[in-house]
Amino acid sequence: MNRRSHFVTAMMVAGFLFLYLPIVLMIAFSFNESRLVTVWGGFSTKWYGELFRNQQILGAAWLSFKIAAMNATGATVLGTLAGLALARFGHFCGRPLLTGLATAPLVMPEVITGLSLLLLFVAMEQAIGWPEGRGITTITIAHMTFSMAYVTVVVQSRLATLDESLEEAAMDLGARPAKVFFLITLPIILPAILAGWLLAFTLSWDDLVITSFVTGPGSSTLPVVIFSKVRLGVSPDINALATLLVLAVATFTTVFGLYMIRQQKRRDLEVQRAIAANE
Amino acid sequence: MASPRPEQKNEPWKDPGAQPYVRLEKLTKRFGDFVAVDDVTLNIYRGEIFCLLGGSGSGKTTLLRMMAGFERPSEGRIWIDGADVTATPPYERPVNMMFQSYALFPHMSVQKNVAFGLRQDKVAAGEIDQRVTDILKLVRMEQFAKRMPHQLSGGQRQRVALARALVKRPKLLLLDEPLAALDRKLREHTQFELLNIQEKLGVTFVVVTHDQEEAMTLATRIGVMNHGGIAQIGTASDIYEYPGSRFVADFIGSVNMFEGRLVEDEPDYVRVASDELGGTFHVGHGVSAAPDATVWVALRPEKIVLSRERPDGDGDNRVEGVVAEVAYRGDQSIYLVKLATGRQMRVTQPNTLRTGTGERIRWDDRVWLSWDSSSPVVVTQ
Repeated sequence: MNRRSHFVTAMMVAGFLFLYLPIVLMIAFSFNESRLVTVWGGFSTKWYGELFRNQQILGAAWLSFKIAAMNATGATVLGTLAGLALARFGHFCGRPLLTGLATAPLVMPEVITGLSLLLLFVAMEQAIGWPEGRGITTITIAHMTFSMAYVTVVVQSRLATLDESLEEAAMDLGARPAKVFFLITLPIILPAILAGWLLAFTLSWDDLVITSFVTGPGSSTLPVVIFSKVRLGVSPDINALATLLVLAVATFTTVFGLYMIRQQKRRDLEVQRAIAANE
Repeated sequence: MASPRPEQKNEPWKDPGAQPYVRLEKLTKRFGDFVAVDDVTLNIYRGEIFCLLGGSGSGKTTLLRMMAGFERPSEGRIWIDGADVTATPPYERPVNMMFQSYALFPHMSVQKNVAFGLRQDKVAAGEIDQRVTDILKLVRMEQFAKRMPHQLSGGQRQRVALARALVKRPKLLLLDEPLAALDRKLREHTQFELLNIQEKLGVTFVVVTHDQEEAMTLATRIGVMNHGGIAQIGTASDIYEYPGSRFVADFIGSVNMFEGRLVEDEPDYVRVASDELGGTFHVGHGVSAAPDATVWVALRPEKIVLSRERPDGDGDNRVEGVVAEVAYRGDQSIYLVKLATGRQMRVTQPNTLRTGTGERIRWDDRVWLSWDSSSPVVVTQ
């Protein structure tokens, strides 16, 4: 080994430590016997048992899941429509404005988004009586306003690389525009739409700032619960919860990643075979 | 450049009573200030393979897209088989198109791709199967029906795209650079296959291409396009042998172009004096131009005879020069000959004798160039 590769190895180790040491520590402490988070008191799984008896955390997790799923679905529908409008409808009146509005939440400070949504909800309740109070509805609407922007960008960039002559060919073969969308465009951009859905789900799942503006009594999402518990001192069952979440995410991404790699390999092989069989 | 197509037996464009199958009338397309297609009027007859030939930006693709219905003309009308389709959307036109990128639907098998158009028309399932099988057989792709597009080679994709465009039996098939994505060997082979299929089905083809060899091989007639307008319409040999303008002469094949002055103007011949040539052209056809007008003479490189000895006869249609470059191309050699006036002339000669046998013309040889009076063409614009 020469000096250069020593340096590279050292930097790699440092990089991985920087990224994963906090998570490893957290996982380790989730098996801590002691109630004191930073003092090792022996191995135990009792905090996992504790976690599953904690109705507050379980309720918050279920609420977060429901909101994230509803938000992701709504944001995907709206974001896909916005992406389509921006990528396929040419230079219609008000297009620059829509581009700006659709993507503004990407750069807007969350505090501003949260505050302005809160003001809107209060004003609406006074004017038309809806939404009644603040809770699951207002949180979902608030999450959709910013996660829709991410879906829009993902769908729009997928459409930008989609050969427009595919849609023209379908129209040329007798399909009306609505049929072209459902038979050709939608199936081809479906992976991008699914990616947008997952992105919107994740954004909603761990949002704290905007949620804390528009949440109401009795509708605390998981991040809100964790944050308020941590302010009173970290309890080890939070570590257990976090460990389970890390495990879920890691499993999902690993399985999905392996599946994608296998698909790509199979496809590459088929393409090569097709080229080799060229007469 | 020889056409594989036997001399056309019927040439409907020469018959003033013939009804055009497709008629474009004063068609204009503007994108903002830019005029993509400028006042094009064109008649295409049933069973023709009409090639629109032009460089990029000549408007040929826009013209094709207007026939398909993807672009609405700014002015003018389009008639197909007697019906005005100017305002008909693409999904209701009796026209199909084969795209340059082939545009095969990546999430459908070959069979489903080809069946797509018939499904839109609500054709009965049994008939769809039969017609898809027949057309795949015609393009020799029947054993690939289950494959997905990414499992096909370029040539196979091209044939599937052709089958998909033909299966609806359109009145008019539009082909946008149909062979551009294929390599040279495959392209030549596919040209003849395309001719075969067209002959079998009798569908009228309009082909857009920038490749003049492709246009000459395929077309019954060629429309040369320039700046959004049609510069000349004619058969391959019309356009090559009798170009109507400097642009067409220069665009098709290579040519030696000389500026000159009309010095003798008779009904059956003209003489053109050219300072660039340092001599006089005797041209065996009449010209409609004012006496003393500035004209241009186009002379194809392969119509010039190269010799060391001074040719017999009078002093027209000949010039002396020095060989500046020789390029050996196997079947022929290209000579660049520098004239006394400083102009270079391009001459191609077939290599009828094997290299090394006989006496070859080399660099710096003094040579005579001469040509027949039927070879030069006078153009006035």
